[in-house]
Amino acid sequence: MPTLITSISGWGRYPLQSCELERPERYADLNSDAPSLIVRGQGRSYGDASLNENGRVLLTERVNRMLELDTEQGILRAEAGVTLAEILAVIVLQGWFLPVTPGTKFVSLGGCVAADVHGKNHHHEGSFCDHVLDLAMILADGTRSHCSATENAELFWATVGGMGLTGIIGEVTLKLIPIQTTRMKVRYHAATNLEQMFKLLQDPTLDDRYSVAWIDSLATGKNLGRGVAMFGHHATLAELGNSKPHSRQLKHDQPARKRTLPFDFPAFALNPLSIGAFNAWYYHREGGKQEPFLSGYDAYFYPLDAIGQWNRLYGKRGFVQYQCVIPEQGAYAGMATLLHELSASRRPSFLAVLKRFGAQGRGMLSFPTAGYTLALDLPIRDSGLFALLDRLDSIVLQHGGRVYLAKDARLSAESFRSMYPRYEEWLKIKSIIDPHNRFSSSLSRRLHIGLNSGRAA
Amino acid sequence: MNQPVLILGATSAIARGTAAAFARRGHDLYLASRDLDELQRSAADLHLRYGVTVRYGLFDAEDTASHPAFLQQVLAEMHGLSGVVLAVGFLGDPLAARDFKVGAKVIAANFTGAVSILSECASYFEPQKRGFIIGITSVAGDRGRQSNYVYGAAKGALSLFLQGLRNRLYASGVRVITVKPGFVDTAMTFGLPGLFLVASPQDIGERIARTLHKSADVVYLPGFWRFIMLIIKHVPEPIFKRMKM
Repeated sequence: MPTLITSISGWGRYPLQSCELERPERYADLNSDAPSLIVRGQGRSYGDASLNENGRVLLTERVNRMLELDTEQGILRAEAGVTLAEILAVIVLQGWFLPVTPGTKFVSLGGCVAADVHGKNHHHEGSFCDHVLDLAMILADGTRSHCSATENAELFWATVGGMGLTGIIGEVTLKLIPIQTTRMKVRYHAATNLEQMFKLLQDPTLDDRYSVAWIDSLATGKNLGRGVAMFGHHATLAELGNSKPHSRQLKHDQPARKRTLPFDFPAFALNPLSIGAFNAWYYHREGGKQEPFLSGYDAYFYPLDAIGQWNRLYGKRGFVQYQCVIPEQGAYAGMATLLHELSASRRPSFLAVLKRFGAQGRGMLSFPTAGYTLALDLPIRDSGLFALLDRLDSIVLQHGGRVYLAKDARLSAESFRSMYPRYEEWLKIKSIIDPHNRFSSSLSRRLHIGLNSGRAA
Repeated sequence: MNQPVLILGATSAIARGTAAAFARRGHDLYLASRDLDELQRSAADLHLRYGVTVRYGLFDAEDTASHPAFLQQVLAEMHGLSGVVLAVGFLGDPLAARDFKVGAKVIAANFTGAVSILSECASYFEPQKRGFIIGITSVAGDRGRQSNYVYGAAKGALSLFLQGLRNRLYASGVRVITVKPGFVDTAMTFGLPGLFLVASPQDIGERIARTLHKSADVVYLPGFWRFIMLIIKHVPEPIFKRMKM
């Protein structure tokens, strides 16, 4: 099959590496003859998870068909290259929704499995893979196999969150959730500091199916951790309070005119002053919304999808998204230390999101664990950023937390091993199903994951 | 069945884009190619996305003896047809095609097989006095070049065949449209050097479906290829033969 050698990056546009791309169009061709291989869906992981420098990258974007939709039970079987946006376009009008969704719908189904993504409902419904009923896989020796929580369970729990390193995910069978309407019932609460924010997120009387908090990353002193907690659920017919027939409540959001950033913003566009001004404005505007209101599902789940290529906001040098989780008991102290370190560095994060996680899932390398997760977007302006991130790593480690591999571009192999205690267990399965470490990526080599630890393939 | 359309060579990227464009417009579809597993996957997907009825079956362009029975089968299953899109295309290895053993296969798939099945289709549409035949050829058929002249000759011959068919079927009100795509981002072109202004197969498919609402008989896709090929066709042969293309 023909290949294309070109430089690619993840969504953060850092790092940029030369890879040999291969793009099968038939399901039967979903494999490669390359000795080193990683699969890439939509390239929406932020760092180097979907890169394989000087090696082969298998694109699944053309193997993207929905195969079966059981509208009685809400079960979808689809090829891994299909995007959540394409799935939503079909299922929403039939009264179904994704059980778990990340903050963008332009990700592939296979990528959601490989990163075991989470959404704003993790504290209730767990991560993506808690809703996956079956995976069809293509393994290193070319054999095709199925796995699930009950069949080949070890392969399944190594694959979910396994960053594509156990094999090619060909098809995914997913359990959907029923919805009565496509609107969201949303409620906002402002918190003047981190302590109050934690109280809001823990308050069972405020809690809802979905919860997330926006944090003003530049607020300091007594305002440290101020922000807006956002709760919501799929509105019921009764909540819409009108008598339209059922079918008319299932509709897509009015397609807003899609805007695309036409050029790279200059590096100085996002600075402490501009972000500080934005944050203050946003805090007062959104925090002032006391009454519950209705929102379309697109605007609620995917606000950034409305701006094409928003990653250009951070300039040519790209950005790093830093997402960590800190277990329950040390979470408040840990988050306070992280936010303090961040605001003291005067490196503002345009996006800072805090969210509560439920119990840890069974994926061996899955990211979520019971506690709190913080996500930050940090533009790369100089190497000082990486020193800051190393300091954040040690704060996370001190509190028994971990960093999300799907967002990562710079974690060290040592930190990775401390953060992911089930790595050795994962490695045992990897060495059985992929003894020659055929599935490897720039991320796996950087973190010395796999067998040829530290050496490029 | 709702204005059913037969897609021949339905597993290629352009064919998939075209099938989606017709399904979006509410046409039921019959997908045909040699790869039944692929057809089953695409048929399920098109049905889920667009709610139309999609059937599929085995079609081998080179096995011309099977074509009459194949078309009868399609007509029976779909209760007639409103149109046909021929998207069969086989490039192979253009250098290997200089050897006639390989070249014959290129001609059989792109030309002989196409003539066979489209003749069957024409005989069905002509007495109905309605219907359309869209044949996807290539800009490579406009002028012979050393890099792929066997493929180009087969596609050029197909363009000529479609021209004759159009002339024949004009009286019976059956439209025959020749579509000549330029560079499209497909498995055929992926990784090739020297491509420019590459179009997506979804976009080409959409434009193919749109040709039905326009009057043009020969359509370059995207349209600017008409001007590129106009220039290429008018380079005098004494100069053209010296060029490396």
